[in-house]
Amino acid sequence: MSIEQEVEVLKNIPLFANIDPSRLKLMAFASERLIFKEGKELFHQGDAGDAAYIFIEGEADVIVDTDDGPLVVASFGKNDFVGEIAILCDVPRTATVKATSELITLKITKELFFNMVMDFPEMGVEVMRVLAHRIDHTTSQLTEARNVLAEKAG
Amino acid sequence: MEQRLFKYIWKHSRKDQIKILFLVLASMPFYFLSLDLPKSIINRAVDSQNFADINSTLSFMRFELPFGEAIFGEKVVLFEGFDLTQIALLFALCFSFLGLVLVNGLFKFVINTLKGQLGERMLRRLRFELTDRILRFPVMHTRRVKQAEIATMLKDEVEPLGGFIGDAIVTPFFLGGQALTALIFIMVQNVWLGVVAMSIVLVQAFVIPKLRKRILDLGRQRQMTARALAGRVSELVEGAVEIQSHDTSNYERAEISNRLGKIFKIRYEIYQRKFFVKFLNNLLAQITPFIFYLGGGYLVITGQFEIGTLVAVLAAYKDLPPPIKDLINWDQQRNDVQIKYEQVADQFQPSGMIEAEMQQLEEKHSPPLTGDIVVSNLGLVDENENRLLEGITFTVGVDKKIAVVGNASSGKEYLGLLLANLVKSSSGSMKIGGKPIAHLPSAITGRRISYVSSEAYLFPMSVMDNLFYGLRNWMIKDPACLSNSEAELLREKQEALRTGNIALNPDGEWIDFTSAGINDPAELVPRVTEVLRAVDFAEDVYLFGLSGIVDSENRPDIAESILGARIALKEHLKTTGDEDLVIAFDPEKYNNNATLRENLLFGTPRKKQYAGNNLLAMPILREAVKEADLRDSIYNMGLSIARTMVELFMGLPPSHQFFEQFSFISADDLPEFDKIVKRADKSNFSDISDSDREALMYLPFDYVEARHRLGLVTEDVEAKILKARKIFAEKLESRDPDAVEFYDPDNYNSAASIQDNILFGRLAYGRAEAGATIGRVMTELLDELGLRSEVIEVGLEFNVGIAGNRLSSVQRQKLALARSLIKRPDLLILNEAAAIMDSQSQIRLVSSIMEAQEDRGVCWTLQRASLSQHFEYVIVMQNGKVVESGSFDELNKEGKVLKSLIDDE
Repeated sequence: MSIEQEVEVLKNIPLFANIDPSRLKLMAFASERLIFKEGKELFHQGDAGDAAYIFIEGEADVIVDTDDGPLVVASFGKNDFVGEIAILCDVPRTATVKATSELITLKITKELFFNMVMDFPEMGVEVMRVLAHRIDHTTSQLTEARNVLAEKAG
Repeated sequence: MEQRLFKYIWKHSRKDQIKILFLVLASMPFYFLSLDLPKSIINRAVDSQNFADINSTLSFMRFELPFGEAIFGEKVVLFEGFDLTQIALLFALCFSFLGLVLVNGLFKFVINTLKGQLGERMLRRLRFELTDRILRFPVMHTRRVKQAEIATMLKDEVEPLGGFIGDAIVTPFFLGGQALTALIFIMVQNVWLGVVAMSIVLVQAFVIPKLRKRILDLGRQRQMTARALAGRVSELVEGAVEIQSHDTSNYERAEISNRLGKIFKIRYEIYQRKFFVKFLNNLLAQITPFIFYLGGGYLVITGQFEIGTLVAVLAAYKDLPPPIKDLINWDQQRNDVQIKYEQVADQFQPSGMIEAEMQQLEEKHSPPLTGDIVVSNLGLVDENENRLLEGITFTVGVDKKIAVVGNASSGKEYLGLLLANLVKSSSGSMKIGGKPIAHLPSAITGRRISYVSSEAYLFPMSVMDNLFYGLRNWMIKDPACLSNSEAELLREKQEALRTGNIALNPDGEWIDFTSAGINDPAELVPRVTEVLRAVDFAEDVYLFGLSGIVDSENRPDIAESILGARIALKEHLKTTGDEDLVIAFDPEKYNNNATLRENLLFGTPRKKQYAGNNLLAMPILREAVKEADLRDSIYNMGLSIARTMVELFMGLPPSHQFFEQFSFISADDLPEFDKIVKRADKSNFSDISDSDREALMYLPFDYVEARHRLGLVTEDVEAKILKARKIFAEKLESRDPDAVEFYDPDNYNSAASIQDNILFGRLAYGRAEAGATIGRVMTELLDELGLRSEVIEVGLEFNVGIAGNRLSSVQRQKLALARSLIKRPDLLILNEAAAIMDSQSQIRLVSSIMEAQEDRGVCWTLQRASLSQHFEYVIVMQNGKVVESGSFDELNKEGKVLKSLIDDE
């Protein structure tokens, strides 16, 4: 797969949808393409976070360690973006990500990510938009959960 | 060292000087004869009045006893001579003249050669003596000297001394003798002409040196300013970080400019004066012939003087100024060199020089140190009379583990220096086993005691050589030499001895392995590994070894084993299903994980001109590329890369770090490539200029398809590159067979590192775990094959670079510790030697060094007081005094200084 194809993939990711293709190309060029075989971990919960990953092909599970053992909380696939929290706010990985099929990713290092945001502020705005959506989504999920809890209690 | 140069010369070269003087004296009569002969040729042979006719004869070589008539009343003829006709006489006289010229020339040749030899010997002696003095400089003094200045003195400033010493005594005699002979000759011909010549010579001899005195003064100033300049320039290099980080470069420029201005002023004045003296000299030299022509001519015309005599006088006078001039030059040189010598001698005798006897060569093992270290009332003051240490008193066994603690101003590092006998105390006494340490020769202190400072120096040699540096105390064995060179070696030795040099062969066997506990070559690597482990440096050396190179010719065993490891690695990866982590080199395939250059070369360059970008300039490569029809493909790849780079990077600021990290084209060149791409897009393929093509062709050679993913290496390009690879190899085989060692799956590559030989391929890009997995597997395999010690052995050959700059500062310190530890000293003094390491490493190091020292002593000046709990005896210092000493438990109590120091940490 050449860099042009990667750019096509990046364009389809909502986070990068409004960004100029030549910027995406630079990002693709500057980032490393990493392949994970089925069962390999991208990173482990509690590790220091140094990079985010964009999925180009394949799937992975997000696993959280609980008292009852590992729990799969989500699954990601093509065009998804994982690991951004750790590089944005310098906290350890909040979950483990494990490939469930052969997984092709673009590894965006912390340094590269910040460089891109600095140089192309429109990317920063885009990141904010996506994160805001997620908060919105999480908030509505929380409200829902509260309602369910209240119903149960009531 | 003698204060006066002439005393020094006379002391060391008396015999040779006298020998040459005799030769000079022996040459004088011949010189006189060669002056006299022209007169005879003209007056006797050429002048026809002496011959009545063509057949009449005159005697030749008739020799009468001088003053014979006066003594015996009649002429005493010692040799009747031959009677010759005019033509024959002319021939005989002229050939005698030629003969004399030859004899004089030969004399000059022999004398000059001997003088040169003498001078060079003295230079060698002087340089050796100065180096000897540097080796005996007290440590405190070496901290103050500027290395560049000392080095220029030893190298450049004493050089003219060598040239002069050969001339020092012989030249005044030789030239003076010549001038005197010429003068006497003129006197004999005519007293008045002689007087005129003499008086002008005297004026020259007295006035001109006076004028030159100021020039000499200036010369001295010139030398001092130039030396200071050298020192300053080296400061500019050493202080580069400070200058750049403080933006003081313009201040430095001003400073240097000012110095250069001073030097210019001095030099200009020297020129002015020098040329005035030259003018005066020439004038005086020309006045004499003027008088000779006038006076002599008058005498000839009036018949009081033969024309032949005038010619001879003029010839003699012509010979007079050069010796006089040379004599004056000699005198000037003498002054100059004398000053230089005195300055150098002055610089090389600092106060507190170590006595030569203390460094006497001792060709046997020194007795071990036993008993107690007894220090009483020890004091140390620096040259400004500051008290660094005072009233230090303690007694402790030399085999104890001693900790010295205190804050930065406590003076503890001076105690370490004193214990190592590197600094002499100003008062009080320090004894080991009842002997004052200051009187112990370095054969004992340097071998039985080891010292490591906080910034140890490493020599630019291999790790191994540095490790064993401390065991080169005496030459244990001279290497067995070839019999035909024995005479040569003997001569070299004698030559060394006669100039006061040391006549030991530095290439001999110097390392005293037995002191390191190595009695058998097989014990070397295990013992070295043990010591390296103790200082936590073994893993580093192992890594040096992996990237080190082993020549299969020297070590076929290692090469064989590594080839085995290559196969084992492949098989191991196959069984674990990881074989795709390494993309092996295959002669028949293009390796997408290697650069285009590597794919073309398909080997490791042995010669520099085949490495890096140099390769592209090699005609053989160009031919191969052309024959494989690859030129256009490479050009097109270059154009694609340039286009992509322009597209990606054009908008970025030039200082952006992406350029350095990712771009094929530097920020400076990018606009140029932008133009090239635009030109290429506009014109036909065939219209593109050669220079544009050339610029583009350099770009693809670093291109790695798997990494850069621009999709440039198509199947067609791959096929062409494989073809070019074959053609290139064939051409190289016949035209430059040693240039490249090609990749061969079945053979060991002597030009590549061990690591590359085992891997025989490139790690796959894009495989997250590749590096870690392969590294781990490789180490496991090497251990399984029992190759760890061989790899360490290769790592020991790693050159540490100038002052160890290829190592990190922690690595340097570790190697210095190992260098001291391997000697198994009775007392190991560590003066904040681990200060640079983190606290965890320090704790580990303390226990491993204690263990390695077994029942031998350690005196560790600690940076962290809490570490003293691992020691048997603790000395606590404050403001240059010992405030308390004893065991850790005694001192680690409320109210004790040690406790407060630990609490402060």
